[in-house]
Amino acid sequence: MDFQLTDDQRALKAGVRELLAARFGRERLRAAVDEGPRLDRALWRELGEAGFFALRLPEADGGVGLGLPEAVLVFEEAGRVLLPGPLIATHLAAGVVDGAATGETVVTAVDGGGLVEWLAEADVVRGDATGAEPLRPVDPLTPLHRVPVSGGAGLTGVRPVGSTGALPTAPLTSLFTAAEQLGTAARACETAVQHARAREQFGQPIGAFQAIKHLCAQMLVRVELARAAVYAAAVTADPVDIAAARLLADEAAVRGARDCLQVHGGMGFTWESDVHLFLKRAWTRTQRTGGVTESEELLAADLVSAVGR
Amino acid sequence: MDLTYTPEEEEFRARLREWLAGVLPALPPKPSPDDWPGRRAYDLGWQRMLYDAGYAGLHWPVDAGGRGATPTQHLIYLEETEKAGAPYVGANFVGLLHAGPTIASEGTPAQRARWLPPVLRGEEVWCQGFSEPDAGSDLAALRTRAWRDGDDYVVSGSKIWTSHAEVADWCELLVRTDPAAPKHRGISWLAMPMDAPGITVRPLRTLAGSTEFAEVFLDEVRVPVSHRVGAENDGWRVTMVTLSYERGTAFVGEVVACRRVLGEVAREARKNGRWDDPALRRRLGGLNAEFRALWRLTQWNVSEAQRNGGVPGVGGSVFKLRYSHARQELYDAAAEVLGPEALDLGREWTLDRLSSLSYTIAAGTSQIQHNIVAERILGLPKGR
Repeated sequence: MDFQLTDDQRALKAGVRELLAARFGRERLRAAVDEGPRLDRALWRELGEAGFFALRLPEADGGVGLGLPEAVLVFEEAGRVLLPGPLIATHLAAGVVDGAATGETVVTAVDGGGLVEWLAEADVVRGDATGAEPLRPVDPLTPLHRVPVSGGAGLTGVRPVGSTGALPTAPLTSLFTAAEQLGTAARACETAVQHARAREQFGQPIGAFQAIKHLCAQMLVRVELARAAVYAAAVTADPVDIAAARLLADEAAVRGARDCLQVHGGMGFTWESDVHLFLKRAWTRTQRTGGVTESEELLAADLVSAVGR
Repeated sequence: MDLTYTPEEEEFRARLREWLAGVLPALPPKPSPDDWPGRRAYDLGWQRMLYDAGYAGLHWPVDAGGRGATPTQHLIYLEETEKAGAPYVGANFVGLLHAGPTIASEGTPAQRARWLPPVLRGEEVWCQGFSEPDAGSDLAALRTRAWRDGDDYVVSGSKIWTSHAEVADWCELLVRTDPAAPKHRGISWLAMPMDAPGITVRPLRTLAGSTEFAEVFLDEVRVPVSHRVGAENDGWRVTMVTLSYERGTAFVGEVVACRRVLGEVAREARKNGRWDDPALRRRLGGLNAEFRALWRLTQWNVSEAQRNGGVPGVGGSVFKLRYSHARQELYDAAAEVLGPEALDLGREWTLDRLSSLSYTIAAGTSQIQHNIVAERILGLPKGR
């Protein structure tokens, strides 16, 4: 057992972080917020070239041939920088929808939760989006449509292409969502700590006060627990492990963003601060398939199936 | 990221499992919690069996008489012994997990030869004389004094929360040898024989009704200077060398135990109909996530220690913080499942619920652990 990142995994994570820092840094994020939700097609193709979408496709099919753990590390980095767009749906469509693997085709999907992200900007929609109504989305970088319940969320519909591959998409969507939440949670923790070191009140950095320290420590504890759960779920691909990872990652991201806002005080409540973007994205992701209730019920059922025989 | 065990590790697990299956059925019945001499004999007897089978001091270095096992093997040992229902380390806790490793790391050859073999063979029990009535979380504020008189230190003061004091042969004692030095600097680490004149042990009754630990009064107790481990006034560093081990692996078996208890609680809920309450069912599901993740975090920390040559990192504080609260939530949930039965002290879970209250206090309170995480991992400034 060596439950640590391999050298290759470290290198991959560092490479993706570098790419995203160069292409979607803080200034680009703020510019995107100002411009409104328009998908950066050039960035999408660059992600495709970097193997973001084809990561798990076999090399024989033009993919990178890596596995779930590597994909999770990549989605964690995307979550760190709040990279917008239907990343998971396009990743899951690689090898199924023409052009998805290379980033030429933007693919979105009707989620089990009845929402579709980026419907208007996508080239292909998987699932039945008939009657979709736009929401005024809380996250400025995630346009949302709600699909009527009767519409169904199966992956057959208006513009369906091919099968979903070996693994069902719902657990994978939940796992990658957890990975994104983990990245955002870690970023929120770092942002809070940076602020707590720099901001002075009563003649010293606020990070010297226990009240602030304990908030920051709790953020890290949630991040580290979620990290262990998310990475383990990526290794085992077990639905119960994925549910546990999702539950803890959702908690780490949402509570982390809230605590980060609190550490920032009044500044955290302004549009200029990035903190609300962390929180709004984290909230948006909690609504995807495999959210709190679903995960808790799955985990409860597991308790009974394991012991109740 | 690899969660599979190597063939060697699996073989170690299989041999251990086989040995446990052979010896456990023949063990004598566990003594009652208040039968201290009985508990001592039981715990030492188990240690002797481990010694004879080659499992004593598994994680100790070979030159200290241990088996030099890897952190992963130690993890497997703790997992399998818990799953098999083997006795806990009990009265041997301080000797095996704290005083022993401290002496192994900082002691002279003569000190190692004198004190280590009896711990491994199950012949001597150690207790921990760290905390004082006025120095708990602020351990370095301890005031028990030791002054030199010829070849002896003369020790006066008092210690508190001393587990197993009533049946211990030795006490790892922190004393102040230089009252003029800054508080972390004037401390020394002594091995005090518990039968020395001037020692009075007064058992303390916990809120769970048992006498888990004691107050120890020291009135001009003579301890030979040769019993000091490490340099005079260097006791703080000596102590810190081994404290991280206490937080590193002490709870591994307990996480395994909590997962078992959670399953039993779910089964009970199904039996008595509480399972039909979605809020309670989901709460148990959430605890399943919690303990699964804590087990993964354990594997993560152990793998990290293994890569660092066996040295546990600060991850122990992160783990302890979350685990100690999760344990309390587990028994609160169990109480909700039990309903009025949870008020019956005859219920195992009721006593466990009461004792779980100590977890956020012992071995460094949650508040102190938060400070450690904030300052040592996140690099936030120290403050008042």
